This record gives sequence, structure tokens and C-alpha cells, in this order.
Amino acid sequence: METYTYYPGCTLRTKAKDLDTYARSSAEALGIALEEPADWQCCGGAYTTAKDEIATKLSAVRTLNSAKILNRPLITVCSACHNVIKQTNYDIANSEEMAAKVNNYLKLDEPYNGETTVYHYLEMLRDVVGFDNLAQKVVNPFTGKKIAAYYGCLLLRPSKALAMDDPENPTIMEDFIKAIGGTPVIYAQRNECCGGYITLEDKAQAAKRSGAVMKSAEDQGADMIITACPLCLYNLKKNSGSELPVYYFTEILAQALGLKEANNE
Amino acid sequence: MNKNLQEQVLRSSGVNVLKCMRCGKCSGTCPSYDEMEYHPHQFVYMVERGDIETLMNSKSIYKCLTCFACVDRCPRNVEPAKVVEAVRLAAVRQQGNNHMNPNQIPEMLDEDLPQQAIVTAFRKYIK
Amino acid sequence: MQRIGVFVCHCGTNIAATVDVKTVAEALGHEPGVVISQDYQYMCSESGQNLVKNAIKEHNLTGVVVCSCSPRMHENTFRKAAAAAGLNSYMVEIANIREQCSWIHKDIATATEKAIILGKAAVAKVHLNAPLTAGESPVAKRALVIGGGIAGIQTALDIAEAGFDVDIVEKNPTIGGKMAQIDKTFPTLDCAACILTPKMVEASQNEHITIHSFSEVTDVKGFVGNFTVTIKKKARFVDETKCTGCGLCTEKCPMKKVPNEFNMGLDNRSAIYIPFAQAVPKVATIDPNYCMMMKTGKCGVCSKVCSAGAIDYKQQDKFIEQKYGAIVVATGFNPINLDKYDEFAYNQCPDVVTSLELERLMNAAGPNGGTLLRPSDKTHPHKIVFVQCVGSRCDDSKGKPYCSKICCMYTAKHAMLIREKYPDTEVYVFYIDVRTPGKNFDEFYRRAVEQYNVHYIKGMVGKVTPRSDGKIDVQASDLLANEQLHIDADMVVLAAAIEPDKTARPLATMLTTQMDTNDFFTEAHPKLRPVESATAGIFLSGACQGPKDIPETVAQASAAAAKAIGLLVKNSITCNPCVAHSNELMCNGCSSCEKVCPYGAITYIDKEFRMPDRTTAVRRVANVNPAVCQGCGACTVACPSGAMDLNGFSNSQIMAEVDAICK
Repeated sequence: METYTYYPGCTLRTKAKDLDTYARSSAEALGIALEEPADWQCCGGAYTTAKDEIATKLSAVRTLNSAKILNRPLITVCSACHNVIKQTNYDIANSEEMAAKVNNYLKLDEPYNGETTVYHYLEMLRDVVGFDNLAQKVVNPFTGKKIAAYYGCLLLRPSKALAMDDPENPTIMEDFIKAIGGTPVIYAQRNECCGGYITLEDKAQAAKRSGAVMKSAEDQGADMIITACPLCLYNLKKNSGSELPVYYFTEILAQALGLKEANNE
Repeated sequence: MNKNLQEQVLRSSGVNVLKCMRCGKCSGTCPSYDEMEYHPHQFVYMVERGDIETLMNSKSIYKCLTCFACVDRCPRNVEPAKVVEAVRLAAVRQQGNNHMNPNQIPEMLDEDLPQQAIVTAFRKYIK
Repeated sequence: MQRIGVFVCHCGTNIAATVDVKTVAEALGHEPGVVISQDYQYMCSESGQNLVKNAIKEHNLTGVVVCSCSPRMHENTFRKAAAAAGLNSYMVEIANIREQCSWIHKDIATATEKAIILGKAAVAKVHLNAPLTAGESPVAKRALVIGGGIAGIQTALDIAEAGFDVDIVEKNPTIGGKMAQIDKTFPTLDCAACILTPKMVEASQNEHITIHSFSEVTDVKGFVGNFTVTIKKKARFVDETKCTGCGLCTEKCPMKKVPNEFNMGLDNRSAIYIPFAQAVPKVATIDPNYCMMMKTGKCGVCSKVCSAGAIDYKQQDKFIEQKYGAIVVATGFNPINLDKYDEFAYNQCPDVVTSLELERLMNAAGPNGGTLLRPSDKTHPHKIVFVQCVGSRCDDSKGKPYCSKICCMYTAKHAMLIREKYPDTEVYVFYIDVRTPGKNFDEFYRRAVEQYNVHYIKGMVGKVTPRSDGKIDVQASDLLANEQLHIDADMVVLAAAIEPDKTARPLATMLTTQMDTNDFFTEAHPKLRPVESATAGIFLSGACQGPKDIPETVAQASAAAAKAIGLLVKNSITCNPCVAHSNELMCNGCSSCEKVCPYGAITYIDKEFRMPDRTTAVRRVANVNPAVCQGCGACTVACPSGAMDLNGFSNSQIMAEVDAICK
């Protein structure tokens, strides 16, 4: 069994336990051991693109470096953590100025310059496990289920740094849905923002955004919608006004692998 | 026109506003357009003109969702969201100009709200 | 010792503003062998040339150095002037003190110093120059046109008109190209087929024109006046000489589910097909990817119904070889793939189409017989949104950096035609700029706005979301109103950027011609030689050189024909005397030069040599065919023993220049 460094992030410890629990059990069933770094810190939730901000990027670098020391790839599952960590990694690898400032502060044994490979859990399924192999391990296929993948903004953009998939024509979640026997639903708003953190001070805007996403998925005949982001799940469930069920992709993965009872919504 | 502020925003964002061809795709794609007083293409143009304080004093800087739709879809690679981010930082870095106060948080919470929303808002609104 | 004259040109202020030309002339006057050194305002003018001519006669000059612009510009001018004064043309050297000096430096002292150094290098070279005589090589009186669109057809017709044989090689089963797919043409709105198809017929009936349809160029050898080209005639599984084009096979073919390329995949064709009714040649072609007989061996219907016995399932690709004096490239363009632009939902919604697809949807011979219907449900669209510049004018990794040039006009045309035919349809055009330079073009666009009430909106569409009620939500900016719009459209039409055909890049390699970073062929001079490539004997016609509309394409096609005719009328052409030669005494027979020669100009021969001890020995030595050698110099660099040398650019001449510069 191969071991990867796994970064859960703060929300997966509390409000998004399902995203975490089923990520772990499914990985184990697929022959991958996930190991948390000893003393990880919160990623900060949002990456600032400002070139003169350094302190807010340090916790992500610490996480990346802990994976580097063990010479392991780093797996993330929360879209926001993934976005912050991948953007940090991209910028430190491509900006000598940022690398110099960060390393000057952290005083690591060996400077960190973007060496760690970062996989989102979905990328791990695609590139390490392989969707074909995953399909063979499915015991409860989602046959006949029309499942809408919700990428939101964080998984795909900025595409230069994230480099997970084509930002306008992504297929990774649809291929995942096919692997677990479901029928992917393509809908235009799958890569538009749900409103994100704006829900804190502007519920109306969050409602408008998440409502548009749900409407678009419903319009194309979706039975359910899946996401990798706790905040997206919250907005789509609480703010959209739609009844369409929303799940973490790890929930339906675990269900397909026979590790979780079916949802009865 | 404030040269110092303009230079700070340009340096902090790393954006070359002169690449803009004024097509308006950023504002065509922006999910927060209607909530903003100044729109993404105006951010780029006003930074080009050095009119930074107007933007800093506008609530528009707190309406950007940082979804990067304008960044990825801009045909000229201008990256408007990075300009908005730099202007917002210039504003909240001023003394007493935090957009949110930790005391306000409890009343915003509900039992399902993920921590992620709070930490993100803190990163965005507070210095 | 040579007697050398130096002539320093001011080029108005082009050189004189940054180079102190008097100081240059003065300094070079002290170089060994220089007997006269002068400066003049415009050396290329008639009086400037006379200055050179008179000096040659007066001072009995044996060599001339002109310090001026790039030799690509005026080397020939001064060579001719020297020849007129009785001096061998190849005793003239150019020191480029404009492009490589005055234009790139700002500081006068630096630029002047560099100009003097460049002049000294040229003087050092002239000391070693020897008179050269150019040979002649015959011209094959036949032209090849690659590409059978309107550009290729026009070029071929014009060359044939002058009485020369010309072959068209077209990769598709019919000539006609993109213009055959277009419905109406701007700015006159005449029917494209009505003006194109007579030209296609004319080409097929012209005794001087041979059309190789469904064919590709696979190899090009030789040089100007003397190209040898291999053409692959792809197996179409139908004997072209027997097929009458009756079309019975296409009717009876049971496999009818093949996406129809001619209609942009908007409907289907049969596995054996004739692309369209006016195809030239009107000959059927079998698509082996779909033909049941070819795939399973079971069917053979077309063969049974063909009374001409033209079907041949066993037909093989055929290669033919032909000699040409001139080659015209007319490979055209295609709209770009829109996968990277799915914010416009092109891959998600059948009612989001490209402009070329709209042409077919509106065409009488198109999938709907000329009635504009939505592809999804065959209903009339009542609200149509046009999006300009999709993939054009981009500085991202997805699009093209250039303006595709034709979109503003064809969109105005589409908008106008729709408003004319369906007045109950609202039409919106989102534009960044409306670019309409061209005769009667801006008037045409204004008519769309003022007479036809097309809504032109300054702004860009940012997101397209298909809805379950069949409408398409178009989210866009209206920059003048400072508003974000949501239009519930029935159809969206994308003006996709255009790019050169994918066959152009490998063709450029075969032809040893240059392309720019966008794969458009590069012209020999952007202003003064727009239809010639930098490779002699290769000419450019139509959109392969850059985005063009039909009038421009036809004009350029005729211009390319005129240039090709200018070459074909000559019985022979003067060869470049700056060719390689081998010093047989030094040649060790290693074949290095033969391997690097891109023109096949070097062969090895066995030759008898008298040895110092009076015996004879047979040695294998390199032999250059001066008629084939293009003087590229690759062999001189490859030769390990220094036996290979280039006339006019000998190793000793180049070393003398380097020495002069480094002194």
C-alpha cells in the first residue's frame, strides 16, 4: 500500500466530516494510505494573489514542505485548501522573489521551491488509481442516476496554477461519475461561483448565485449534484432554495464502493 | 490621480493594465456585476488612470467573489480579479479600515456554516 | 591590389541621424586599397547610382563597397549599376549600416564607430572578391497550384489564360473550398455559388488545367524553374474516368449516417458521396471509414447499381511525379476549434453555432433548404445573438493574436439577411470594435444598423447558459450603458477566429518556405513583394498568407498568377553564381556534405589523380551540380577537411571580415 501525505484542512474536522471520513475509507479500499502531517495549520481559506503578501501564504508552504521532506505527493480534498495550496506551490515555483521572501522567513533546513506534487483527491483517482481501476471496484453502481458535477470556481481556476482540467470543458468529475456507473449531466453553470464566503454578509447574493447553479443543473435533468467543497455544499443546500440533493463526491464514492449506506433523501 | 497608490496597486497585482483592449468580457462574465458599483473593466481602466481612491472607497471591493472567471476568460490575459484584490488590500491595510470585526461573527453563524467561510472572510476583510 | 571605391549613404535621416556619415566616409578612405570614399544623401537614387558608375570609370575601380541599407533591399540595384559601368556585379559588397546599425542604436558615437567597423569588414572582403559569372538553368513551362479554393482556382485560370499548363492539387473530393459553403457574399449580397461554380466549371473545362482532386503533395524537390513534385492521388474507390456523377450510388447506399462535412456536420450523407450538386469533378467518393463493403465485406450495393462500372473497392493510392517551373500555395483557412471557449456553451447546446455553420443553415442547399431553423428543435429563432472576436485578438494560450479580419463584415451580412428574411427576429451583435475598411464596407455595416435595426452592442458575452425551456441565457456586458445584460436568446452565433489549414505547416517544410508563428506563409516583402515567398519560384495566394475576404483573395490570386507567369515565360533563369565548389585535392570523400545538402546538389565521383611519385590513384571526391546548388553553405560548415567552399562567401573572405571587425 502506497502512502501519501493527506491534508484535510480545518472544515473537514468539523462541519464537513463526511467529506473527510469517506475520503479516507475509500482511499484505503483503493489501496492508498493517507497520512496527515504532524502539525498542520489552516490554509487560510483564500489565496491572495497580491505579490506583496507573504505571511498569509506561509502555512500552505509549511504543509507543502512537510510532504517534500517525506518525499511524498500531497493529497487535498477540500476545493478551497486545494486552491490555496496549489496556487502557493505554483507561485513559489515561478517567482524567485516570493521563494526568496518565504524561505528567508521560514528558515527551513532546505529551502522550499515548489518541489511537492499536489493532487486533488479527484486527480488521485484519475492519475494514480485510474478511473478504469476504480470502475472495477464498484459494488453499488449508480446506474441510471443522472449526476451533475459541480466544479465551482476553486477546482479549476486560475487554470494556469490549478492545471487540473480544461477550465471551460472539464471532464474529471464526469469521468468519475461514469466510473461509479452514473450518468454525468453537463450544465453550463457547473464552473460558475456559488457565492462563496459572501454568504456571511450578503445572503441575497449567495442565494442568487447558488440558485443559478441549481437551476442550471435542474434544467439539464440532474437527479443530484456533487461537490468537493464544504462552502459550495452549504450555499447550494442552504441558500439556493432548490430541493435538488447535494452530496460530497466522497460520499457517493464510498457508497459505490460499498463502504456507506445509501442516502435516503 | 494618485501616482503612489497606482504604483502600489500595479506592483501588488502584477497586472499590466495597458494590455486591456476594452472588450468588456470580464464584466460580461462577472457573477457579482449587479452588486458592484464599479465593474471589473472599470477597475482596470480606473487603475490605468490612477483613480484608485474612488475604488478603495467603494463597497465594490468587497463584492468580488475571487472566482477568477475574469482572470481565465480575459482574452488579453489582463487578470482583472488581481487588480480588485490589490485595491482591496490597499484599503484594508489602512489603519482602522478593517471591513469586518470579529465581534460581528457570532450573529452571522448558523449551525451548518463551514469554518471555511469565516477564515476566508477574515483573509478578505481584515488586516 | 584592388582599387576600391566606398560610397556611404545617408538614406535621408534614416542613417544620417544616428551615424555621422562624413566621419565614416573619411575613416574608410584611409583603408588599404580604397582610392575614393564619398557620402551622398540617397545613394540608391539615379544620381546616387551615377556617382558610383562615374567613380568606377574615373578611378578604374576593381571593387565597390556601399554602406547603406540591408543587401536584401538594394544589393541588386548597385550590382546592376556596377555592371553598367563595366565592373563585374559580384565585385560589389554592401555594408548594412541601417537595419543593423542606425536603426538599432541611439548614441551617435557608438553607431558611427560600428558603421566604420562594418565598412572595414566589407572592404576587407572585397579585397578577396573575384569576378563571378552567373550560369543559366531552363524553366519547366508548367505551374502547380496547391489548394483548389477560390484562390487556387483564380490563380490557375489566370495562368492558363496566359497559355501555360497548370495543375490544381486539392485534398478534398471537389474544388471550391470555403466559398462553396458560403451562402451570400458581402458587400453586394450576391449568391456565392452563382459566382463561384461557373469558375469551377471553367477550370475543369480549360484545356490547360488539370485538376487532381482528393490528392496531396507528398514531396517537393528541385528549385525555381525546375521543381519535381510527387502528388498522391488518394484512393477514392471510384474510377474517375468512368464515373458519370449520376448520383444513383449515393441514393442507394444503405449507410446514410455519416456526418456531412460540407454542411458542417449539421446533417448526414451516405458512405459513397458527392459533396454537393455542383462538385467539380462530379465524381463519387467512398468513405472507407463508413462503407459497409469496405468494413465488413458485405454490401456492394453501389457497385451493383453503377451502370458505368466505376466502383473499385480495391483501388490503391496512386503517386504521380511531375516537373513544374513555379508553385503557388493556396491552402486557405479553417475556423478554429472552440473546445477551449465553452463559456459560450458551443459543446453543450446545438443552437450555439459558428458563423460557417450558420452559412449552411441559411443556404438553400443546406440542411434546412434555406429556411433558418434551430438545429435542436427545427423551430424559427426569434432572438439571435452574435458574438464577435471569439478567439481573435487574444493574448492568452487559447486564441490567436491577430484580427481575423472577415468576421465584422460577414456578421453584418448575416444580421442583415436574417432581418430581411425574418423581420420578426431580433438580432444582437456584441462587438469590441467594428472593423470595416474596404470599398463599400462601412456603408454596408451602417445599413445593418440604420436600415435593418440590428442591435449593435459595445461589449462582450461572458457566459452562455442553455435553459430547459429551450432558451439560451446570454450574459454579457453593455459597456456604453454600464450594464450587465441577460438576453434570452434562441440562437447564439460565434464568430470563430480563422487559422491556416493544418496541411500548411508540413507543406512549408517541403517547400523550404518560411511561416510566421501563426503558420501563415511569410511573404518576401510585406509591402513590395506580397505574393512571393522568400523562396524563389514559390508564390502565395489567398488566406494561407493571412486572413482575407473574397475580393482580396481574388486580387492576390491574380497577382500570384502574374508573378508565376513572369517566371514561366522565361526560357531560362539566371542562376546564383554564389554556389559551392569542392577542392578535390583536399576532399577526403567522407560524404558529410552530401548528407547535409538540402537540395541534393552534391554527388560523389571517382576521379583519377596524379600522385607526387608520378603514379595515378583513383579517389572518391565530392562534385557539386552548380545548377542545383542554392548556395546555402551547409556543406562548407559540414566539411571536416575544409575542401568545400562557397563562391562569394569563401572561408577566407569571411575570416577577413571577422579579422577586420576584431582588429
